Amino acid sequence: MSVDAPLRPAETFDDKTTRAPKRGRGPRESVMSRSAAMLIMGVFTLYFLIPIFWLLVSSTKTLDNFNTSAALWFTPSSLQDGIANVGRLFTYDGGIFPRWMLNSIVYATVAGGLGTILSAMCGYALAKYRFWGREALFNIFLGGVLVPATALALPLFLIFSKVQLTDTFWAVFLPSIVSPFGVYLCRIYASSSVPDEIIEAARIDGSGEVRTFFTVAIRLMSPALVTVFLFQFVAIWNNFFLPLVMLRTQSLFPVTLGLYTWNSNVSQYPELRTLVLVGAFVSIIPLLIAFLSLQRFWRSGLGAGGLK
Amino acid sequence: MTVITSRRRAAKADAQGPKPKGGFRYRKAVAIFVVPFAVLFVAFYLVPILYAVYQSLLKIQRQGTFGAPTQVFGGLSQYVLVFQDSVFWSSILRVLAFGIVQVPVMLALALLFALLLDSPLLRGKRFFRLAFFAPYAVPGVIAAIMWGYLYSPSLSPFKFVTGNVDLLGGGTILWAIANVVTWVYVGYNMLIIYSSLLAIPTEIYEAARLDGASQFRIAIAIKIPLVVPAIILTAVFSVIGTLQLLTEPLVFRQFTSSISSTFTPNMLVYSTSSVPNFNLAAAFSVVLAVATFILSIGFLRLTQRKADQ
Repeated sequence: MSVDAPLRPAETFDDKTTRAPKRGRGPRESVMSRSAAMLIMGVFTLYFLIPIFWLLVSSTKTLDNFNTSAALWFTPSSLQDGIANVGRLFTYDGGIFPRWMLNSIVYATVAGGLGTILSAMCGYALAKYRFWGREALFNIFLGGVLVPATALALPLFLIFSKVQLTDTFWAVFLPSIVSPFGVYLCRIYASSSVPDEIIEAARIDGSGEVRTFFTVAIRLMSPALVTVFLFQFVAIWNNFFLPLVMLRTQSLFPVTLGLYTWNSNVSQYPELRTLVLVGAFVSIIPLLIAFLSLQRFWRSGLGAGGLK
Repeated sequence: MTVITSRRRAAKADAQGPKPKGGFRYRKAVAIFVVPFAVLFVAFYLVPILYAVYQSLLKIQRQGTFGAPTQVFGGLSQYVLVFQDSVFWSSILRVLAFGIVQVPVMLALALLFALLLDSPLLRGKRFFRLAFFAPYAVPGVIAAIMWGYLYSPSLSPFKFVTGNVDLLGGGTILWAIANVVTWVYVGYNMLIIYSSLLAIPTEIYEAARLDGASQFRIAIAIKIPLVVPAIILTAVFSVIGTLQLLTEPLVFRQFTSSISSTFTPNMLVYSTSSVPNFNLAAAFSVVLAVATFILSIGFLRLTQRKADQ
């Protein structure tokens, strides 16, 4: 596994600057293969988007309409039913759903943000300083990438129960901060995007090491940091096992665990079914927005993570 | 003391000409950078792993039938139980069967989409990229709930399928789960492979194009060999994910009775720990983590050796 995978400059990820098909050179692609390609992509677009579309449509229906009307299209009363559904979603059980959303956002942004900064500092040091035990340390962290998070959940529960911190905010928050993959990405990025000359120059100007990192290096590493943050944000947002094991109090749940408990009660309280569907749709909106708006960073980061 | 000696050593190194980059001079800075992460890593990665190993070496002993239970050192007795446990092995076999089918299918699709996105055959690439990646924004729990309804014989919009084939039945449920996992992760893997395709300099296949090679031929002979490292990366992460399968089957238990509480290794860990039998659950966890580790390292080695030849 090569650690210092070559990094491509960010511009190459922009489609406009790359690979505009050079027309008139080489054989033109036949109409047949063009249509075949479009057909394949078209069919799979339906596969990927219909479930999400169905979720949108279903969250605009009353329970009766959900059972009786055409499943993949809106009903005449969809608009007001949808608004009513969202209203009920946010007020049901004393407003527990917005609480869950808020919990998820806090777990994911605060722990993810903190984790990103710690990963950046650690990755930077591993890339830019030579010290005893550096490679050993890096390999241990890298080994952490291969340790499945689910394998940690149970021992973490046992440890947290020793210090009586299970079923608290910290039980989910603290373990979420650590991201060995973030350190790995940050090291690769730091070694390729922070030139030694700049660090030297800062030293000559009398800047301390820590100040150099927070004023100069962190800016050069910022595309990587966005990527690391997004990775960690998604990992925490999607994490299910840790909160499932740790938490009993509903008001501490992240939205995934909350919807899971609602869905397990659907057979006793059928009205929850509408709320589960509306809640599911509402809960993916923040992530969809974050993904679509920060796409460029995603791709450059994914490229950087590639092994050589 | 150590500070003084290290300073002396650094001074010595300075005097001897080429000084080490970084070096002992920046020990304090290195400590400030590394220690915060390292402490949390030890607390929430290393300690839990060691604690799980420790727990797995204990067993519960009772004085007589009604005596108070006490934890005593049990050596490898939990591991003997693990290796004799047919439920554990059938759950392992189940996820292996899942992985052998699902991972290649998912990666083949991801590679196909990435190659199409990279070829001049498509229009509206931006749209396809976004549409295919969108499911990755759906958390596993939500995706499973959604597909649970889509599979349901009475509520699905595809009743012409689900009314005739019981997708949630014992024979098909594993593949119904495979579909959910594929749906979520194809776009993500596609993007990893696609960004590695974008990194290939165009000149490499410009010559082949001028010689009249078709897009298909260029893909097979030039592009695919160059993105093998990206495919290996996605494969390793998929293998790890497969062995950890938990969320989707756990959610599907709410839709069907054909998933037992020990359907996957992680579900077995969860149900064993809720008995509660933490020692046995810890042993399951350890065996599972070691197996994951060996499998992913082994896969990396195997593919790297092939690439070297």
